[in-house]
Amino acid sequence: MSERVACEDLVMFVNAAIASTAQREFHSRAGAQRMSLGFLHEYVLGNYRDLYAATLALDINHFNAAMVVTNLLRTASTARPEQRALEGRLIAARLRLLPPQRVYSVFRELRRLGINNRRTRAIVRDWVAGRPDPAFDAVKYRRSLSVAARHAHLPLPGEVGTVLFAWRRPKHYETPILEAWRRAHYEQRALYELPYTVAEGLAAQHGIDRTRFLTGIAPKLTDGERLRLQSSAARRKVGVVAMDLATAPLTRLAVYALSLPRPERKRRREELTGALQAAARRATRRQAGTWGRVVAVLDDSYSASGSGVKRRRPLAVALATHYLLEALAAEYTGLWLAHRGDPLLVHPIGATGLGERILDGLERRPERLVIVSDGWDNAPPGEAAEVLRVWRTRLDPHQRTSIVHLNPVYDADTFDVRRLASGVATVGVRDAEDVAALVELARFATGGARLDELRRHLGDRVDRFLTDDSGGQGSP
Amino acid sequence: MDRIDLTGLTVAPDQTWGAVRLVPLLRPVPISDLRLHARLYDPDELSIVDIGHRTAYISYVPHAFVASWTTDDTPAAAYGTQLRDPAASSAPTGIRLAFRRRMARRDDKQRLRFLPLHLATEGYLALQFGGPPIAWQEWTRHAVTRGLSPRVEATYSGTAIPGLDDALRIFEIHPDQCGMVLYVADTLAAAFVVSHPDDYRALHPTLLQDFYGELLFQYAHLYPAVPGFTARLDDTAIASVADLRAQLAQARADWAAFHTVMAGGLLAAERLTFTPVNRMGRFTLSRFLPALDPDTENHIGETITDDTGQLAYLKTFRLSAAQTRRGHLLSQLAAHDWDLDTTATALGTDRQGIALRLDNAGFGHLLRPDIIDACRNRSRKLHNRATRTRPTSREG
Repeated sequence: MSERVACEDLVMFVNAAIASTAQREFHSRAGAQRMSLGFLHEYVLGNYRDLYAATLALDINHFNAAMVVTNLLRTASTARPEQRALEGRLIAARLRLLPPQRVYSVFRELRRLGINNRRTRAIVRDWVAGRPDPAFDAVKYRRSLSVAARHAHLPLPGEVGTVLFAWRRPKHYETPILEAWRRAHYEQRALYELPYTVAEGLAAQHGIDRTRFLTGIAPKLTDGERLRLQSSAARRKVGVVAMDLATAPLTRLAVYALSLPRPERKRRREELTGALQAAARRATRRQAGTWGRVVAVLDDSYSASGSGVKRRRPLAVALATHYLLEALAAEYTGLWLAHRGDPLLVHPIGATGLGERILDGLERRPERLVIVSDGWDNAPPGEAAEVLRVWRTRLDPHQRTSIVHLNPVYDADTFDVRRLASGVATVGVRDAEDVAALVELARFATGGARLDELRRHLGDRVDRFLTDDSGGQGSP
Repeated sequence: MDRIDLTGLTVAPDQTWGAVRLVPLLRPVPISDLRLHARLYDPDELSIVDIGHRTAYISYVPHAFVASWTTDDTPAAAYGTQLRDPAASSAPTGIRLAFRRRMARRDDKQRLRFLPLHLATEGYLALQFGGPPIAWQEWTRHAVTRGLSPRVEATYSGTAIPGLDDALRIFEIHPDQCGMVLYVADTLAAAFVVSHPDDYRALHPTLLQDFYGELLFQYAHLYPAVPGFTARLDDTAIASVADLRAQLAQARADWAAFHTVMAGGLLAAERLTFTPVNRMGRFTLSRFLPALDPDTENHIGETITDDTGQLAYLKTFRLSAAQTRRGHLLSQLAAHDWDLDTTATALGTDRQGIALRLDNAGFGHLLRPDIIDACRNRSRKLHNRATRTRPTSREG
């Protein structure tokens, strides 16, 4: 019995750690999300410490990964020595995967909490030593690097230390980027040699016109920044910022596509569809075409519009999943609740009448049915659960159709993503790219699997994660 | 016409949030030649509405509705929500007095501006406003010469009802929705119907600015959540997909029937008194009052109906128990020409009973002081004697 509870608790935690970012959602406020997630972390950390650490090897989102790392370091004294050794390797490997600004915010949090033991300092030191260009970090993450360096007593190489702690003294730097940073305070031209986020503030100080600034800084933009600035650049007719959409990741691309007004989506239909399909093919890699006959029921009700901070995120996940499944399946049908026609023009509207749409999907007798929805089924309430129950008990007792529900929204009240029906596996999803891995995890979500199986699965993932990481480190 | 007829509107399944249950009303065939839109007023100002000769209605009025109609059945476009620029006038901060001319007033040849719900409330407040028609000796001079002036009622604004703002924000509006019925803790709070889905979408947020009765405010505080009505399908009778579909359709039909039961207090009320306020083309704006029976739900409100009697607009307000009692008392008095003894007989009580009831309802100042004081004294004595004869724990 306790094993079953442990299994359910862990799946619940993984769902939350994938779906929630402690931001406001359509139904619950940011405060409720934060509090609920904080409690869940404490609970799992206190009861299943080794499993908690092992989740670092799964596709949990950056926010939760940072939180897990902080919590593990905060409570290191309660861990056994061999646990600590494994945790150390997991933390180091995960930190290398996180974006630098996330890692720096973990360091700042460690400083705020006053965690400064030898092991923590070693972890900070190793991570900073692994950064490819310390001078670049000293400019782009200036404040964060100085906090980390002071907190962990880091020796910083040469001019990097000077630029952080004694920047008034030198008249000149040897390192080009540091020199550019110094000059950019007085000289507008030097600005364009700096990273975008740093240059933006200085440009404002110099009073540089936004169009001119974007034109100049275009070569320095990262992929994420480029994607984010697309519409702003288009409005100002800065052609150089325009990117080849073919390289963007699938879900980000879907978010971008949905941010465009519908007439523009219609006009750029070929380009956007092509980019989405290419991204989906890249995400599926070897698995393309292996899933057989697949039907997806995708939620485009009003609640899919997300919140002010996660604008249209649930809808974007559904759209991205649509293209991903199209690539994964041999034969694919995507059913939207309200929308008909080109999925690119989908728009969040109306109530969530999942029941009948699920039945439409099941009627085609697919091998897999994938439902992407926030789990609020309200037209009429609970109809989806009834349809799924009757389907399982009466119409498909041999389970020839496997059904998975993917939920992009964390429900703060239940400490889990909201379920549609008891017999159907529900897993949290943040990026459609992870769908294949999540479906693998889904068999633990129904309560059918045992804890030792789950432990073995996690163990495999941890091993793979650590070997992948050391392999990645070895390569240049 | 003596009842509200929702013909042409279909009921869709409810959506709940906390104690609030919202039941959408859909209109498959919208009325396209009458359009409504909101006109928002400054939230800080108090409105004085001139409603006739030397009579005024003073209230906080956050918004007005504007109805436009066309005469040749061609569709009309809504003007959309219009914001008044508060910076436009250099008025001092604090409560300003805004003068509105009449409850329903023609803005233009084919546009009518009216204050939603205030129209109905004014009708309720003006109930037997004139006071006794015959100068019976029991009534004070003030009652005979001034009537009930001023009559005051207090209500709660939608923003004061906990959970209503969230419920309205997360509610998923159906594409062809033209109205909704609002329940708080499963008691009927209000009904709202407009002519066209686009108007509904624009006016949906104004539900938060409307006012609601005391009962709903209390219920929303006391009840944390209402249960969801999930239909359970009978799986023994299902052998194929077609059977399952049939059962789903059946569950949907059952829901509509069930809803009629839930809204019984409004829809089954047989004795509504409709008063036409304004005619606009083929439409009539009227307000209605219930029978004011203290044992049942009582809703006041206003409607716009077309020449065939089809409902184009409806907004209701549920009276609290105290408000119903006051209305009941006044209508009974009026029915018996304000004669205390015959009214008392009709209500099954005596002269003292009716005097005390008037006093409790807040109309004590209308009776002569010596009469009301005598009644109060006698009731106090009766009360004291009753408590003295009862054995108390202290004496025992």
